Amino acid sequence: MSAITDPPPKSFRLSMLVNDTRYRSYTFQFIALVLLIMLVSYLGANLVQNLADQGQNISYGFLGEPAGYDINQRPIPYENQDTHMRAAFVGVLNTLIVAFLGCLTATIIGVFAGVARLSQNWIVRKLMAIYVEAFRNVPVLIWILIIYTVMTAAMPAPNAFRGDTPAASMVLDAVAFTNRGVYVPAPIWGEGSMIVVLVFLASIAGAIYYRRYATKLLYDTGRLLPMGWPSLAILFVPTLLIFFILGQPISLDYPVLKGFNFGGGLHIRGSLIALWFALAVYTGAFIAENVRAGIQAVSHGQTEAAASLGLRPSRIMNLVVLPQALRVIIPPVISQYLNLTKNSSLAIAVGYMDVTGTLGGITLNQTGRAIETILLLMLFYLAISLAISGVMNAYNNAIKLKER
Amino acid sequence: MNRDQLSFVRHDMLPEAEPPVTEKGIVKWLRENLFSSVSNTVLTLAAIWAVYYLVSASGPWLINGVWDTSSLSQCREVLQGQVGGCFSVLTERWNQLLFGFKYPTHLYWRPALAFVLLFVALAPVLFSKIFPRKMLVLTGLYPFIAFYLIWGGTILTPIFALLGIVLGFLVYRKLIYQSAAMGLLGGVATAFVFWILTGMLGDTVAGVLALEPVASRDMGGFMLNLMLGVVCVSLSLPLGILLALGRQSTMPIIKVICVVFIEFIRGVPLITLLFVANVVLAYFLPPGTNFDLILRVIIMITMFASAYIAEVIRGGLAALPRGQYEAGDSLGLDYAQSMQFIILPQALKISIPGIVNVAVGLFKDTTLVSVISMFDLVGMVRGPILASTAWNGVYWELFGFSALLFFVVCYGISQYSQWLERQLQTDHH
Repeated sequence: MSAITDPPPKSFRLSMLVNDTRYRSYTFQFIALVLLIMLVSYLGANLVQNLADQGQNISYGFLGEPAGYDINQRPIPYENQDTHMRAAFVGVLNTLIVAFLGCLTATIIGVFAGVARLSQNWIVRKLMAIYVEAFRNVPVLIWILIIYTVMTAAMPAPNAFRGDTPAASMVLDAVAFTNRGVYVPAPIWGEGSMIVVLVFLASIAGAIYYRRYATKLLYDTGRLLPMGWPSLAILFVPTLLIFFILGQPISLDYPVLKGFNFGGGLHIRGSLIALWFALAVYTGAFIAENVRAGIQAVSHGQTEAAASLGLRPSRIMNLVVLPQALRVIIPPVISQYLNLTKNSSLAIAVGYMDVTGTLGGITLNQTGRAIETILLLMLFYLAISLAISGVMNAYNNAIKLKER
Repeated sequence: MNRDQLSFVRHDMLPEAEPPVTEKGIVKWLRENLFSSVSNTVLTLAAIWAVYYLVSASGPWLINGVWDTSSLSQCREVLQGQVGGCFSVLTERWNQLLFGFKYPTHLYWRPALAFVLLFVALAPVLFSKIFPRKMLVLTGLYPFIAFYLIWGGTILTPIFALLGIVLGFLVYRKLIYQSAAMGLLGGVATAFVFWILTGMLGDTVAGVLALEPVASRDMGGFMLNLMLGVVCVSLSLPLGILLALGRQSTMPIIKVICVVFIEFIRGVPLITLLFVANVVLAYFLPPGTNFDLILRVIIMITMFASAYIAEVIRGGLAALPRGQYEAGDSLGLDYAQSMQFIILPQALKISIPGIVNVAVGLFKDTTLVSVISMFDLVGMVRGPILASTAWNGVYWELFGFSALLFFVVCYGISQYSQWLERQLQTDHH
């Protein structure tokens, strides 16, 4: 008797490439790779052919040529004879400005609305629900256009501020809302102002140090130092003292009506405000939902446990609920920041000169170098996205529940 | 000790007293929900003031609205300085807002019919418990009918497209017994061969049962938003599933391709992709080809949406317990079968809220095409209507109307998805 066994696999057969799981994945990957290479080379050949037909080439030389157009908001010095490169850089800075302002405002609005949606107060709860639904379900482009219309069509012209009984007046004699933008007082950095700034920075460090010390003392000895007013005092008292001792080196330059327009002060254009405010309220609605979901994700038992330990409601919020909620809230909020930064490219709809408006708008139209400019544009946004997701991954790793 | 010595013994129950007036009904509700503390009262008063401000500002504007004049100046005459909206811009430009300004007027019934049929096609998908499964045939036929209605041309074009898909499916069914990969390859190849063969017929059949053709550059208005939204979402779902599976794959090359594609698309704003569709894509196509802007935009938006949907579905796949994958393997199912019968049904169910979010976001993002000078709803409002002499300056009515249209659609979709989630809930709470 002999047991019948499978004959050992003799040789490699071609059908095994498709049917044998050991080799199949290689076949598929090979096919995928070949298809990809074919696609890329087909597109590349077309590109070369098309460029040759039109007598063009791929070159980034245009970045060094004079741009020849003006940019109305210049965080760094720029003239229309500067290079396209510098114009693009001004655009990048403008993008970063509106993204930063937008993220900051969206966070404030979002946290407020998210907490208010959980409020005991019926009418506040309903109002916030209406806010969130209204803004989440309407395209951000429409909101940008609406707020831009408010800023340009509904605001008074500068000459409405003129005369003995003007039709419009400045808020607190310092801020003028006009259809050409908003004029706010600008700080003038006089002699010695650096010292004030340095003292203020030192006080921030001091306040942080004090809080750390108080926490350590609490954990080591159980003695509870007051946190709120001493840190406020450390923050502001030395700075104010120095400010007055040095004879008020930082003063404000108020906008005043000169001729047909306001002069002096800081001019914030309507396009910036429209973009900033629209992005902030739109993203704020999303952040509000994230905040609400995060707070609701903390189980009610945690709150009850804290209460049964005898903690006061404010401490329950600060020590028990928020630390757990933040773990849920922060990752989606960071991706909302990313969305806001990407949505800021809608600046082109209201004429705000961000990087899409300079590099992807006027530079593209003037030089006709579509491939190069759009590639650079995409790389810029890609770099920002990768940086933000890098931050997010680092944060996620840092707060991951350390389970044994 | 007798009874007289006891001072008081109650023999019967007291009648139930009414709760104090502050502890019942509307007063109690008001006290608890609106005036429970000082800060709460302040909040309530502030909120009431805000509501009053909004209503008093927009109320007269809505009530005094004028609906039947033909220009802004006429409307102002009718209003005579009163506060009121000139809603006549909506009635006068109604067709333009919905269909764009170039779509032939006498053909409006065709997109309108396609729109009505959309509900018939969607009903069996959205409410699978109410409508019989056989109605799904209508859903399958709908894209071809809608194409025929909106673009016109010979009826043979959509019929050939449909036949190609049917043939491909038949071949797929024949080959699926060998392996899923063979079936897929065979099916796709058959469909393409059929399309190329019928494409050779070309102009010789152009007149068969032809509706008056409409070029896609003539389409606009809210119709364009709806078209882009519906087409791109339905195309990006299967693509997104494939990308998500590819990203989960153990094959390194396929995984890398999918990861790079997804991360690249998610890293750039949609507007740059639309720029690509507008000015760059033509460089990568064979010289002389010139397919229209709408198709290029559909391709780019579909790529964009599929990357986001892939990430949502990947989340669903990752949320499934490992045991489900192992269960599929232990039943002896191959990869395609275990995905089709075990993994994907569960993963897609988990992903519904995320997919709906992407769909709503995508539908809102279709307004971005106005930036590359296509005349969708926002493009129509900003371009031909606000620039016309008759209606220059009617901002609120137009923007408010656009916002309202989008709100109705998007809010409807998100409410539906919440209802669907409750329907699909199989665990017991």
